[in-house]
Order: sequence, then C-alpha cells, then structure tokens
Amino acid sequence: MNQFANAFTGEKLQEAWEIFLRDFPFALWETVYVTVLATFFAIVIGLPLGMLLVAGDEHGVRPMPRLLMRAINVIINLLRSVPFLILIVMVIPLTRLIVGTSVGTTASVVPLVVAAFPFVARLVEGSLRGVNPNIIETAQSMGAKPGQILFHVMLPESVPALISNFTLAITTIMGYTAMSGAIGGGGLGKIAIMIGYNRYKYAVLYLAVIVLVILVQVFQTVGSRLAAMSDKRLKR
Amino acid sequence: MIELRNLSKSFITPDGAVDALKHVNLTIRDGDIYGIIGMSGAGKSTLVRCINMLERPTEGTVLLNGQDLGVLSDKELRDVRRKVTMIFQGFNLLMQRTCLKNVMLPLRFSGTPKEEAEQRALELLKTVGLPDKANMYPAQLSGGQQQRVAIARALATSPEVLLCDEATSALDPKTTHQILELIRTINRDTGITVIVITHQMSVVQEICGRVAILENGTVVEEGDVTRVFSNPQAQATRNLVYPEMAQGSLQPAPGGQQVRLSFNGASAASEPLIARMAMECGIAASVHTASIRSVGEHVYGYMLLEIPGGPDELAKAVNYLKAMKDVSVRVEVSYGDTGGDGQ
Ligand SMILES: Nc1ncnc2c1ncn2[C@@H]1O[C@H](COP(=O)(O)OP(=O)(O)OP(=O)(O)O)[C@@H](O)[C@H]1O
Ligand SMILES: [Mg+2]
Repeated sequence: MNQFANAFTGEKLQEAWEIFLRDFPFALWETVYVTVLATFFAIVIGLPLGMLLVAGDEHGVRPMPRLLMRAINVIINLLRSVPFLILIVMVIPLTRLIVGTSVGTTASVVPLVVAAFPFVARLVEGSLRGVNPNIIETAQSMGAKPGQILFHVMLPESVPALISNFTLAITTIMGYTAMSGAIGGGGLGKIAIMIGYNRYKYAVLYLAVIVLVILVQVFQTVGSRLAAMSDKRLKR
Repeated sequence: MIELRNLSKSFITPDGAVDALKHVNLTIRDGDIYGIIGMSGAGKSTLVRCINMLERPTEGTVLLNGQDLGVLSDKELRDVRRKVTMIFQGFNLLMQRTCLKNVMLPLRFSGTPKEEAEQRALELLKTVGLPDKANMYPAQLSGGQQQRVAIARALATSPEVLLCDEATSALDPKTTHQILELIRTINRDTGITVIVITHQMSVVQEICGRVAILENGTVVEEGDVTRVFSNPQAQATRNLVYPEMAQGSLQPAPGGQQVRLSFNGASAASEPLIARMAMECGIAASVHTASIRSVGEHVYGYMLLEIPGGPDELAKAVNYLKAMKDVSVRVEVSYGDTGGDGQ
C-alpha cells in the first residue's frame, strides 16, 4: 500500500508525465494499428462466415448440408471458448507461418484475428437474422436467386446493425490488444504492464488505462454515429 | 388462366398436421379481378402463396396457362415469379433503399441493365402517382404511398398476374379506396389478372368481378360477385355479407314466429311492404331485424319479420308475401327455435 501511495508523489508524477510524452504517441499508434488491422481481417473472415451461417441454415435462402453447418458451428463455439491468453500460445505455429515470427506488434495481430473472427461471424449472423423475414420472402416472390437475396436484400437491409456490431467488435478487439501487448505485442497494453505494473510506476499504468478508455469512447461514438446516419428507417 | 386442381396443403406442426387447404378447385380467367375472401385462418394466404409456389402444395396442381408449376425447376420457377408478382399487407419494401431502388429491384434480379431499369422504375412511379418520391426512403412515405411503391415494384417485370394478400388491410377506408382504384385502372389498362385476398366484403364489392369464399381451407361458394352478394348460399358467405346474422342478433325470440325475407335483387323494395300487408291482410308484422343493401336499382338482403298470432296468421302472411310478383322474395319460416338454416 505504501508502495502504491508512493507512486503518486510529485516526483513520480513528473516522471510518469515524461514517460507519457516520450512513449505514448507511438504506443497509441501501435494500439490503433493492431486494432484496425485485426478488426479488418476478422471482418474479412467473419463476414462471409456469418453470411454462410444464415444462408446455409436449414431455413436459410440456400440451405447447406446439415453436417457441414453443424461442424462450422462447433468450430466457432470452440474458438470462442478458448481463453485469449491460451489462444495466443496455441496459434504460435500459425503466427510463425504467416508473419515469420511469433513476437512483436505485427505478430500479435494473428491471435487477435483468430480470437475475433468467430465473434464477428456471430455478430454478422445476428445482424442478418434481424432482417425482416417478410422482405426476404418478398424477394423470393420476385424471383430472386439466393445470392441476390443475400447481396441485394439482406446485406443492405442490415447495414446499420452491421455497423453497430463492427463497432462492438473493434472496441472489444482493442481491449484484447492490451492483453497481447502484455506478451510480446506493442501498444498501450505493453506500457501499462511493462512499465506501469512491473516497474511499480502505477501512475503510468493509470495513464495507459485512461488513454485506452478514451480511445474506446472515440471509436464507440464514431461507430454509433455512423450506424444512426446509415439507418434510413429513421425519419429525417 | 390460373387453374387450381384439387389443391391441398397441410402443415406439420409439433401439435400435429394442420390442413390449411382441402381439395380446392378454382379457375381464374385472364384479365379478371378475382376475390378470395374468408375469415382469419381460413387459408387465404396459404392459397395465394401456393399460386406462386412460395408454398408447395401437399397435393393437387397449380396450372398457369396450362403449365403445371409444381414440376418446374428452381430456375423456371424464378421466371414464373416474374410473371406472377405479389403485394402484401405490410408492403415489405426495403427500408434502407430509396423508392426508385425498390422498384428497380426485381429488374436487377432479372438482369436488366441499370439505366434501363431506372428508366422503367421512374415510369412506374409515375403510373402509381409518385413521380416525385423516387429518391425518398419508404420510412418517409405514408402507408398508402408505400403500397403504391410496392405496386410499382410488382409491376416492374410486366407480370401477367398480380397477387394481393390483404394489400389494403393496413390502410384507412379512403386510402383503401384509392389503392383499389389504382389496381382497377392497372387491370383495365394492362389486362393483368388480379387476385385479391381479403377479409373485407367491401373490398370484394368494390373491385372484384368474381369471388370465392374460403372457410376452413375449403371453397364453400364461388361465383359472380353480384350473384354471391344477392343470393349467398353458404352460411360462411352469409356471415360475411350480413355480419349481423352471424352475431346472433337475428335469432328468433322463443315461441315467436318469424318470416325471413330474402331480397334477391328486388326492384321495388321501397314499396311499403309491411304497411300493405297490414292493410290487406290485417297482419301487423314487426321488423325484427333488417340487413338491406342496394346495388344500383336492385335491393339485396334480409329482413326478419315477427308475425303476431298463431299458425293461421303465419300461413296467411307467408301466402301474401309469396304472392308478391313484382318483388322477388324468398320466404323462410322458423318457428322460434331454429335460427333458420336458410337454404
Ligand atoms: N407455416 C405454417 N405452419 C403451420 N401452420 C400454418 C402455417 N401457415 C399457415 N398455417 C395455418 O394454416 C391455416 C391458414 O393460414 P393462413 O395464413 O392461410 O390464413 P389466412 O386466411 O391468410 O388468415 P389471415 O386472414 O389471418 O391472414 C391457419 O390455421 C394457420 O395456423
Ligand atoms: Mg393471411
């Protein structure tokens, strides 16, 4: 406790401020870079997967073999239930294969993507299932092919839901970058753990958390705004 | 021409099979505006959804111009659906797309080039009276306007048949009238066959030439609207035409004796029938209930008369009423305990 209180003396605060000015801009950049890159790839994989989950469903627009759908669902659930720290270790071979190394900022993107794409797939699934089934049936009554229903009806109709869910994904992934930062990755998480916690500079730890919180707020606000702006159901 | 031959549809539910349609036979001629009316749950939506195979019949066939739709491949069926289009109670427009994009949708589905589709969509929006709403979103339109957009969309692929499932049920009477007027105009101008599903007799009365009455999945009556209106045969039809009857307000008083008159296109209903009977036979009948409507010069409906006295007076009254040559009436007698089976 004493040690904790000592971390906020004027001298320590001065030191923390210097560290902030020196290290934070780059750490912030690293966090944003990893988050955006990981979210991008998570969407690249998760969006089609989510579409497949909905379209290939027994009652979907293009039913797929039940066994296949069952298998995909099981894999997604498995990936979602592995704790992230363990997942980071488990995917090390894959990370090496893709990035060439398993440590460093870019390498930390791989486990983030592996952890996030099943989550994104579920979010996409939920968004698409929210489309009014009567509209889908109407498209069928107009002689639309399954792919046309998916791309001309279901996707456009769920754009606002997709934007809010992708916002949820990006903020969640940002939280995860702090964890991957703890073991090898860069960013605000790394500063919080390596400097703030390991070297008892709690003021730095708190500064890192505050910056992360602000960052999440910014992404969330922008995402919510975009979602609302894209929604044409609101009379404006 | 659309022919439904021995059409049946059962749904398998956890609680057992539901027979939504039972051996339905109907023929709908080209260019007709054909009404299908029935109470909620009668099977109207199921029937109309079988016509474009959104619902596969369990038994029987749907013939479109002699072609059995049940045997078509998915691709052939998609082509048929461009010729048999549909509008719905809930309009079912894409809420995230402009009216123009909504109308263009079926054309895009059929591979029409963008510019051409846009041209056609603009034309159609003009046809339905919304040339200035092209770039508006459905949420910015009233219900009636949204249904107009849906109609434009349904017409985009130049269909031969338009299916309307409760298309006006969400609209107020005035808007209903305008939409029906629009459908009638389109039918007249393009010769499109229209099938109108409704639970409102007034809708059938306003635009349909022929009508089928559906009850519990069975067609209980079918024919020209004027005929069905004037002389409804099935109980279900009477309940629709004269809802007062169904609500039991026409039950005879116990012990009383009553005569039911059916005005079957009588032209002289304005004649003081009751007063004349009182003067000429000395029977002062009282009107128990009346449900009368006039179509043009003719009068249709029912009147339930309470005849005072005993069997003699009743016989006299019946004879008198039957003898009225210039008034086409049907006399039905019920002695207090039956509600009048009415055949
Ligand atoms: N998918 C389904 N699964 C099970 N039962 C169904 C299904 N669709 C319709 N039914 C049943 O079939 C019967 C007819 O339904 P339908 O929707 O055709 O009635 P409707 O005449 O259109 O009624 P409404 O006027 O209320 O729209 C009802 O008993 C209904 O419960
Ligand atoms: Mg219905």
